[in-house]
Amino acid sequence: MAVITYREALNQAMSEEMDRDERVFIMGEEVAQYHGAYKVTQGMLERFGPKRVIDTPISETGFSGIGIGAAMMGLRPIVEFMTWSFSYVAFDQIINNAANMRYMSGGLINVPIVFRGAANGGVNVGATHSHTPENFYANAPGLKVICPATAYDAKGLMKAAIRDNDPVCVLENTILYNDKGEVPEEDYTIPLGKADIKRPGKDITIVAHGRAVITALQAAEELKAEHGIEAELIDLRSIRPLDEETILESVKKTNRVLLVEENKPFCGVDAQIAFIIQDKAFDHLDAPIGRVSAIDAPQIYSMPLEKIQLPNTDRIKRAALKIL
Amino acid sequence: MTRKKTDSSPETSEYQLCLTEKQVVEAKVNKKLTSEEKIDLYRLMMRIRRFEERAVQSYQRGKIGGFCHTYIGQESVAVGTLSVLKKEDQAISAYRDHGQGLALGMNMNECMAELYGKWTGCSKGKGGSMHYFAPEKRFWGGHGIVGAQTPLGAGIAFALKYQGTQGVCLCYLGDGAVNQGAYHEALNLAALWELPVIFIIENNQYSMGTSQERSSAGNPLAKRAEGYGMRWAKAPGNDLATVRAYTGAALDYVRETSRPMILEFDTYRYRGHSMSDPDQTYRSKEEIAEYKKSSDPIDHYASILEKEKVLTAELKDTIDKEAKAEASDAADYAEESPFPPPEDIMKDIYWETDNPDHKTSEGTLFFNSLND
Ligand SMILES: Cc1ncc(C[n+]2csc(CCOP(=O)(O)OP(=O)(O)O)c2C)c(N)n1
Ligand SMILES: [Mg+2]
Repeated sequence: MAVITYREALNQAMSEEMDRDERVFIMGEEVAQYHGAYKVTQGMLERFGPKRVIDTPISETGFSGIGIGAAMMGLRPIVEFMTWSFSYVAFDQIINNAANMRYMSGGLINVPIVFRGAANGGVNVGATHSHTPENFYANAPGLKVICPATAYDAKGLMKAAIRDNDPVCVLENTILYNDKGEVPEEDYTIPLGKADIKRPGKDITIVAHGRAVITALQAAEELKAEHGIEAELIDLRSIRPLDEETILESVKKTNRVLLVEENKPFCGVDAQIAFIIQDKAFDHLDAPIGRVSAIDAPQIYSMPLEKIQLPNTDRIKRAALKIL
Repeated sequence: MTRKKTDSSPETSEYQLCLTEKQVVEAKVNKKLTSEEKIDLYRLMMRIRRFEERAVQSYQRGKIGGFCHTYIGQESVAVGTLSVLKKEDQAISAYRDHGQGLALGMNMNECMAELYGKWTGCSKGKGGSMHYFAPEKRFWGGHGIVGAQTPLGAGIAFALKYQGTQGVCLCYLGDGAVNQGAYHEALNLAALWELPVIFIIENNQYSMGTSQERSSAGNPLAKRAEGYGMRWAKAPGNDLATVRAYTGAALDYVRETSRPMILEFDTYRYRGHSMSDPDQTYRSKEEIAEYKKSSDPIDHYASILEKEKVLTAELKDTIDKEAKAEASDAADYAEESPFPPPEDIMKDIYWETDNPDHKTSEGTLFFNSLND
């Protein structure tokens, strides 16, 4: 298997889907001539031309809406946000138009669109640029939301997202773009809504998504080395649809669960997951559900402090030991 | 002020303000300048340049995180516009904010320390390069989301009018930011409600790697004002006197009529969009070199002052050395300053948690803590 970066995996997914399907095109700020602010669209303009790889002005409301309108007509746009922090100026288009269109039209219209870009803290860009809105978007019925953590997942999920007939938000991570992983040469997709057990274990279940998966994996190894604890790590991969079954199966096996996310805690994704676990596996729990998320404040700029604000291996280990 | 219209004015539309060269020279904001004041303006531009060059070095040494957008090449716009303000006037900008901050009297230490993420920074290390603030110096930020500051600028103007002052708000934005919806809503509201705000487009010709032609329909950008029945002007931004004259005229007009206006200044940035932009694909090295050679705002002003015998080679050298030393001292200050303590993460979020004696609500505000 080829070893490629998360960035290349996304690029391959989009390029292969554009090869397969004439209706797929990408637009966003700096995606064409500049090859993307984070170089995810490297070489795509040269390969597909300016009709299908389109630079936009800094008009997120406008080009998201144009994408939705085009999707209503049967095209399959990929709309890149330079980062998801900038999707907030397009929030209305995504929620009121993309998410609601099918419902409001009584199923007459569907919106096969992908919104994608990076959504992460950890790079010292301060409060306005560090948003992780998976909870906001997953809160809207009609939208699907995925957060790949590895190159393999990024490619398979992105391809599935492009082929999906509903609007899908793909939340990537600038810190992961250079991470390498094995990715098969042949065509594959990963169904949205299928979690992945990144590390099997028996003592405690850790549930994470996005880069928190990578941090939690490290913490799990340290728990093993330092305390002989075998943590099972579930990577959600997809926030909505959510793979409840994999989570509940694991909880029934380990009887303890720790939820880890880089988002802020209140009304976060893990709040819903905690509800589901107590609702459907209450009798299997031997301890309260543990939780690690970003410290509940706007994202701080100062470099050493942002490290403290985001979930790190120390905080994850401490939280795990508390419920073991 | 009523619109100055002379026979030689190249005015093209009833909405456009045009000043002749003579009017620029004779503008009261320029005529009244003493030699000392001219030197001060020159020094301020030089201080901004040297501050930023020092910041670039620190960034390259890994002392500064995240995004850092330099203002090098554009100094005459901040210094020209902000040096004609009256006490009650206010300013707000985007993320390329070091120039405006320093021009409004922020000191290099607090500015550099902010870049270093230190507790002694203007925003206590919480905001970083894109989020400078100094309200007591009338600087309302430093805003990271493109265009997001434009309704705020109109809001500041709303407050100035509401409070019955004669103040005007200068609201800066880039040539790319003019394509944000928020800006257009702000323009309409400002015109409709007659808010004393001047939108200043710093047209450095690129929004990141996208040239103006590739991002904006219609030209000049400021002319979009006409759709809202607003006055506008476009002028070279590298000539300090021109910037001051246009800003002075605009301020008079806005103060008098309480109507908003758009000013567009052509300018140029020498470095990449931010420190993370390698700047190798969308413009040529020659283009940059050519601009530096022919139009650098600091060199240009120096040569004028030298001709006027206001600036000597010796004084120029002294100013430069002092600016460099000040920037280098600021870097030392930033280096030696402490990072904020971890508890600071949880401060400055709500007024009432910072002022527990004046608590106004009940219930839980925070859902985890540093010690979890
Ligand atoms: C809403 C939003 N979209 C995208 C960005 C990313 N971004 C930051 S600056 C910039 C270019 C802005 O160019 P311009 O307005 O010309 O200002 P300049 O940087 O040239 O000063 C972009 C695309 C952002 N910060 N906010
Ligand atoms: Mg620009």
